[in-house]
Amino acid sequence: MTTLLEVSGLSTHYVAARGTRVTRAVEDVSFSLEAGRTLGIVGESGSGKTTLALTLMRLLPPGARIASGSVRFEGEDIFTKSNSEMRAIRGKRMAMILQDPMASLNPLFTVGDQIAETLRAHEQMPRRGAWTRARDLLAAVRIAVPERRVGEYPHEMSGGMRQRVVGAIAISCEPKLLIADEPTTSLDLTIQAQYLQLLREIQRERDLAMIFITHNLGIVAKMCDDVAVMYAGRLVEFGPVRRIFDAPAHPYTRALIESIPRLGDPTARLTAIDGQPPDPAALPPGCAFHPRCPLVVDRCRVEAPPEVRVAVAHHARCWLASERPT
Amino acid sequence: MRRFILRRMGYAALSLLLLSLTIFLFVRLTGDPTVLLVEPGAAKGDVEAMRARLGLDRSLIVQYGSFMADLLRGDLGQSFYYRTPVVELYLSRLPNSLLLAVVAMSFSLIIGIPSGILASVRVNSWWDSAGKLFALLGLSLPSFWTGLLLILFFSVYLGWLPSSGSGTPLHLLMPAFALGWYFAAAHMRLTRSSMLEVLGSEYVKLARLKGLPEALVIAKHAFKNALIPVLTLAGINLVLMVNVAVVVETVFAWPGIGRLLYEGIAFRDFPVVQATVLLGGMMIVVVNLIIDVLYAVIDPRIRYER
Amino acid sequence: MSDSRVLPAVQAEVLPLPGRWSGLRTGHLPVLPIAILGILILTAIFANVLAPSDPEVGTLTDRFKPPAWVDGGSRAHLLGTDHVGRDVLSRLIFGARVSIVVGFLAVIVAGAIGTTLGILAGYLGGWVDQVIMRLTDTWLALPALTFAIFLAAILGPSVMNIVIILSAVYWTRYARVIRGEVLSLRERDFVRLAVVAGCSKWTIMRRHILPNVLNSGIVLATLMLGVVIVTEASLSFLGVGVPPPKPAWGLMLADGKKGLMAGYWWLTVLPGLCIVLMVLSANLLGDWLRVKLDPQLRQL
Repeated sequence: MTTLLEVSGLSTHYVAARGTRVTRAVEDVSFSLEAGRTLGIVGESGSGKTTLALTLMRLLPPGARIASGSVRFEGEDIFTKSNSEMRAIRGKRMAMILQDPMASLNPLFTVGDQIAETLRAHEQMPRRGAWTRARDLLAAVRIAVPERRVGEYPHEMSGGMRQRVVGAIAISCEPKLLIADEPTTSLDLTIQAQYLQLLREIQRERDLAMIFITHNLGIVAKMCDDVAVMYAGRLVEFGPVRRIFDAPAHPYTRALIESIPRLGDPTARLTAIDGQPPDPAALPPGCAFHPRCPLVVDRCRVEAPPEVRVAVAHHARCWLASERPT
Repeated sequence: MRRFILRRMGYAALSLLLLSLTIFLFVRLTGDPTVLLVEPGAAKGDVEAMRARLGLDRSLIVQYGSFMADLLRGDLGQSFYYRTPVVELYLSRLPNSLLLAVVAMSFSLIIGIPSGILASVRVNSWWDSAGKLFALLGLSLPSFWTGLLLILFFSVYLGWLPSSGSGTPLHLLMPAFALGWYFAAAHMRLTRSSMLEVLGSEYVKLARLKGLPEALVIAKHAFKNALIPVLTLAGINLVLMVNVAVVVETVFAWPGIGRLLYEGIAFRDFPVVQATVLLGGMMIVVVNLIIDVLYAVIDPRIRYER
Repeated sequence: MSDSRVLPAVQAEVLPLPGRWSGLRTGHLPVLPIAILGILILTAIFANVLAPSDPEVGTLTDRFKPPAWVDGGSRAHLLGTDHVGRDVLSRLIFGARVSIVVGFLAVIVAGAIGTTLGILAGYLGGWVDQVIMRLTDTWLALPALTFAIFLAAILGPSVMNIVIILSAVYWTRYARVIRGEVLSLRERDFVRLAVVAGCSKWTIMRRHILPNVLNSGIVLATLMLGVVIVTEASLSFLGVGVPPPKPAWGLMLADGKKGLMAGYWWLTVLPGLCIVLMVLSANLLGDWLRVKLDPQLRQL
């Protein structure tokens, strides 16, 4: 198994008001991803998940700075690439799906056109060929009657179908990595399951590595091999899904898992995590989670914990975490 | 789509009705409209004849009815000064105003749209600031003052361009510029903000994520979407230009409907004034209707509105 | 190093002059526009004291004298004289009075009418809304200047008439915007609470809706000031505005045209400059207010 993506010590900051306000959107994040595996990135809004994804694609808004760290994709250092080299990677070797399919598609162009343009840009396909490929791709994402759909406009389709089109665009140039940023959040519940199923099948067919960004642990449990939990820009826990769900090492992860309502037990109370996520521009000292942590000790308030290895390919940032006997 | 068109036509018809009613009522505002509708200094017999014709003793509704009947027949009275039917006079002057408006509009789009795009792509740069200054001046300087200054400079001092009248392309330059500057500014401003909005949209973000070349992202995805509101505005502005060129046409003695309106008030020729205002308003309502329908044709989303 | 163009940080536009004077860059008070408007208002109030000569009477032997700094000019007439020998400076000063009075009055009256009708249309809805909106749309279709000329032809030239005419033409702009605001205000909780508490419609409109739309009203009023001034100047220029011999900047421009071909530039440049200064200041102030008072209004 080759390591497809290797992120180490990555920090992305937003700098505003002429350098006086620094928002540490992503701070010292490290993880790696093997080809064909799925990584779930979990966190509340503002935890830095989307910024992390955009950093991997090197498509950050003005005011954002990659403060430190490195990203190696297929062995190549992303940060040393020129703009045009990066453009050749985007959409072709690394692809991304965004949350709202209606907003992601240009309302004035047909669906086929928008799939074809990726093909024509990256693979210099002639118009005819690209259009045919687009139709085939629509079939690959299980859209019925693709030859008709390919000439339709986004607003003529349902939400689930649009998101499939976005998926078709993403896989059109056979990328090795697909980043999906909350792809099912704006879909109806019944459609969500179908879409996730589709993603799984596509992944298996093409040996695609996926990064799945979501705030929904249920999806993570179903879809992902490994999971990375983010809080206030930091990676607070990383490990295989099974192990994390059975025995989370970080109090935040534990709280997240416990807050999932469980069917079948009418006496169990809904637990929520006290407090609010911190303002990323004004983080508390020490461990960012300490104001809400039920297991907080004095050290947490003062010093930010480093990554502690809990087991093989499982680490957590917590003073209370330690190596476990396997 | 058909329902959409029918609905818009209904609204337009209602607006036309309200417009004629407004004009009709306002003329009768002062109590005795014969003062306006009869030539100044007319003989008593003529005044009585007009009073009878207007049927002022009859109820307002009947009067309005006969007013509308006349209107539909194309009869809006006769000009005191020119002694020709007003409608004929209006239609003969209209092409001149259209010519002026088209040239001014072309100028405003040629300057406005590219500078707006440039300003949006290079936000807060030198270009952007220069553009904003140009726009601010265009929106604040009254068009007739601009016209007067142009005459001062190019006719009086430099002697390059003729200061009034029509006939050659040279005659068009200054009035078109004076008329068009304001609209160039408006179009530039709208293009800039429209482009900025589109450049921040999700589909542009995805286009970049797809790895498309930046030039393609701007030219294909951003431009077409951003242009929709601008063209709509341009269409509305064109017909507006035809009608608000009153002062520019007066300054340059350009023989259009604007100058006709001026002559109407200068010579106390009220039928001319009434007709110009009414016909101008009607023109605007009709053109707005056409633009709405065209909009539906261009933008596939509108076609499917309930 | 990073492609920083996915999400432009700058959102929709505002039109400031680049620099501190407009106040928009720095967010400070827009010094220059306020100063200019202040000077104009003071000039209008103290015109009698400030003007060196009678603005309406001139000596024919002193016609077309240029400003003091040009050959042929004199100290007696700092800014020259017009075609009947009247002192330009005095006329400009008194003209400020006309512009300020007409401008402010028209904007206030139009604002009062438009805001009232806008609130009624937005809050009461139903046929009230339909009637007011149809009327507004129709009147908005008619260009302001054309409509104003039409009314002026009927009513005749006088300062009072102009204020009436301008109000009648421009209230529609207020009504549209205010109605939009009221429509969204209507759904807000504090209004709903008032309804639940049993307040009458009139009370709600007066105590809850009105104060909240005042912000927009003020911003709109400031922005409209420039437009109104230009329209008044246009009307005067065409001869249906302020009647001679009263001094109005628009009238001065009309008179100035007579001397234009002979090169008497000051009769055209100076009054126009005054108009532009006032309009620019009003526009800049309005833009600043718009950004300051209510960020939602950036769409205006």
